[in-house]
Amino acid sequence: MTLAVNKISKQFGRFPALNSVSLQAREGEFLALLGPSGSGKTTLLRVIAGLDKPDQGSVFMDGVDFLKLSARERRVGLVFQQYALFRHMTVAKNIAFGLDVRPGKSRPSRQAIKARVDELLALTHIQGLGDRYPAQLSGGQRQRVAVARALAFEPRILLLDEPFGALDTKVRKELRSELRRIHDETGVTTILVTHDQEEAMALADRVVLMNRGQIEQLGSPQELDDAPASPFVFEFLGECNRLPCKVSGGVALNNGFAAPIIGGGTSEGEGEALFRPSDTQLDSGPVGDGLPVRVVQVGGRGALRTIECQALSGHRLFAELPEHLAGHFEAGQRARLTARRVVVDIKAKSADPSASHLEAPTREIA
Amino acid sequence: MSTSLALIASESLPRRRLYWREPSPLPGFRLAFGFTLFYVGLIILLPLAALVSRPWEHGISGFLSSILEPRTLASLRLSFLAAVFAALANVVLGVAVAWVLTRYEFPGRSVFDALVDLPFALPTAVAGIALATLYSQNGWIGSPLQAIGLKVAYTPTGVFVALLAVGLPYVVRSVQPVLEDMEAAIEEAARTLGANALQTSTRIVLPALAPALLSGFAMAFARGAGEYGSVIFIAGNMPGVSEIAPLVIVSKLEQYDYSGAAAVGVAMLLISLAALVGINALQIAFSRRGER
Amino acid sequence: MIGTVARRPIRGPIPIALLLIALGWIGLTIGAPLATVLVEATAKGSDAFFAAFGDPDAQAAIRLTLIVAAIAVPLNAAFGLAAAWSIAKFNFRGKSLLLAIIDLPLSMSPVVSGLVWVLLFGANGWFAPWLEAADIKIVFALPGIVLGTILVTVPLIARELIPLMSAQGADEELAASTLGAGGWTTFRRVTLPNVRWALLHGVLLCNARAMGEFGAVSVLSGHIRGLTETLPLHVEAVYNEYDFVGAFACATLLAGLAVVTLVAKTILERAGASAAKKGSAK
Repeated sequence: MTLAVNKISKQFGRFPALNSVSLQAREGEFLALLGPSGSGKTTLLRVIAGLDKPDQGSVFMDGVDFLKLSARERRVGLVFQQYALFRHMTVAKNIAFGLDVRPGKSRPSRQAIKARVDELLALTHIQGLGDRYPAQLSGGQRQRVAVARALAFEPRILLLDEPFGALDTKVRKELRSELRRIHDETGVTTILVTHDQEEAMALADRVVLMNRGQIEQLGSPQELDDAPASPFVFEFLGECNRLPCKVSGGVALNNGFAAPIIGGGTSEGEGEALFRPSDTQLDSGPVGDGLPVRVVQVGGRGALRTIECQALSGHRLFAELPEHLAGHFEAGQRARLTARRVVVDIKAKSADPSASHLEAPTREIA
Repeated sequence: MSTSLALIASESLPRRRLYWREPSPLPGFRLAFGFTLFYVGLIILLPLAALVSRPWEHGISGFLSSILEPRTLASLRLSFLAAVFAALANVVLGVAVAWVLTRYEFPGRSVFDALVDLPFALPTAVAGIALATLYSQNGWIGSPLQAIGLKVAYTPTGVFVALLAVGLPYVVRSVQPVLEDMEAAIEEAARTLGANALQTSTRIVLPALAPALLSGFAMAFARGAGEYGSVIFIAGNMPGVSEIAPLVIVSKLEQYDYSGAAAVGVAMLLISLAALVGINALQIAFSRRGER
Repeated sequence: MIGTVARRPIRGPIPIALLLIALGWIGLTIGAPLATVLVEATAKGSDAFFAAFGDPDAQAAIRLTLIVAAIAVPLNAAFGLAAAWSIAKFNFRGKSLLLAIIDLPLSMSPVVSGLVWVLLFGANGWFAPWLEAADIKIVFALPGIVLGTILVTVPLIARELIPLMSAQGADEELAASTLGAGGWTTFRRVTLPNVRWALLHGVLLCNARAMGEFGAVSVLSGHIRGLTETLPLHVEAVYNEYDFVGAFACATLLAGLAVVTLVAKTILERAGASAAKKGSAK
């Protein structure tokens, strides 16, 4: 089943939640809508599910115009953020609901429904909980019921709205791989909304990174990691050092610091270099290439150590080094700092037209 | 902070049509809302319009002369004063009852708890004849009171006594959930900080109760001011002395003085609403204080 | 109700004093009147007690009371559900105004709630000429009594449902519609079961108030014996004729209704609490 979202715009009052968003989900694909709160990812999900109407644009599912159908007619399996389980129904009744409410002849027989419920209880690993009520379940179990309920009526597509938000870290990791397994076993096209980049990168075939109602980048986790389309993408996907720099010939420069810009970089001028602590290199020698810094603190335990440094300009920068290299550094020591790769946030006078929307007069609503 | 930014920032965007109703994929709004409006219009608004428009047949002076008749004035004073005093007494006694029901365990507690609701369900006429009998000269309570020179039945005090009985559940039921939810830990914390029982209750418990107390008071007052059935049997209904305002309406109706009856009705409604708005304002002030 | 506070046994002078005040107060204002009704009703033995119900007027009054409640309560229940559905599941402008209007009858004297219908439909009322031409009698007849009763009891069921349905939100209904359920199915299978205890609770209370309504009905009834007198009005009429046994016997019936309502309400609250324990997700 292929989903095609085309130039969807949606405003709440005067707040633009979605600004001409287009994307496609391929048959059987696992897509993650990732972004900070207010980026429009949940709104997009609700538009696809039929809970919100867009102002403009189209949504097609296998050639069917979704916007002409009500939420009820779309056959979209939606897992709500708080699961929205029917509190007065048992788990089995919850799962059966979508089949049970089918009109007249299209409703499966009682045995068929029961068989389907059993199948889903098994698929989601909650056999034996069929007679419980939602309040008698743990958070993780409730989520499994919600997924089972959404899958039971063989939806065209499975949508999940921050399904791990209400769970503690340990359960979250376990359910994450469960969800991927369920997806792989059923092969249903899946869209997951999350603000957790780790979750999106670990689960999805492709990630849609959203910001202020627009798509910043759409690609596989590897692509997002290797070729971030904007400083926002780079910064959203992991910890960053920031250092003012000049840009010349695809290299970011600052007082001995010289690092290649990812993708080469076309613009010249002044800006800020963004680079990951894990891409940061430290040299203990007094002379040579690199930004002169003083080691402030060596922290952490185990194989990776975090070294906090301070440049003469006062900027604080972090480097992540393997244990055997970190051993050469101690607080107070001088060192030289470079980075394997950086992304540059060019100040104001940008030649890149795609960056102009960053100045669009919008703010997040928390 | 961020929302105000959003407003400022989006000032430059084209204005969107503001919905009078947020769109929702749920069906049935038109039907349910339509029926609601129809019902409210027919059952509440239309009759109220008839009431409010009626007293002006002889202009504003006609309205005023109906209200300012000594008999009417006295009845309004009696109804509202008795309602205020009875509601005040019920605030004190209601807190005591709610406290005992939420803080102590004793045999029969749940029966007493259930009994508190009885005035909600007991027909007022039944309460009326029972109270009149109890407080009459030969009644179980009336005769001992008579012995110490206190006459309740057929006096304004009778009105007060009837309203006390009618208003009991309101304060108890509005205070009780707050007391139930109030963590014992807060009280205990106050005590460990050296507060004695009196300080704990006046500084910790009472302020937390204030909004609930006010709403209980408001409901008891509104009910008492308009009360009819439980009062008329015990009050004796002497014009100018123990006659309540609703009874004046009834007697005006019996004389086919529709606009006079409507005038008293409007006056009662206005006084009640003014009092309720005032109490509501106080309540908002109290709950704001709690938030800071 | 489920308390979060641990209840203590009574010990020490202050708790004992408080207990005595509270229980004494409940006894004085609620227990004593109830006892009076019973004692007065049986003062002249059981024959006199039962004779009160042999009176055809009393029987007619009971019948009328049942008819009035049978009309008023379902209408108010339908209204309560419709109002709660639109107020709790949708957002629209003027919601708080609508809520205030629904609450309005609670601050009106029952007598005024009767008076308004006289002003509309009485001999001098707005619609008097039209009603006269069509030969329809509302005031001093069954329709008037029903209208007065409805007005007094209109907020009771809505007020039980609105806070509960607002707290439950619309997510379950939305989930039902994404699963393919239509509006009616969603209401019947998701919404209604979620509020059934509160609805029953409201219906019980509304019924008790409808059957016991006095002030509004008194203005609207015209007091025609055996025809337009409800049971509370019959109690008044008999009491005013100094037939105390007759009055208190009928009052016993009404007080019994109140007690049964309370017992049912308590049972419902327990059932609701355990259902909430069992059923309230989150």
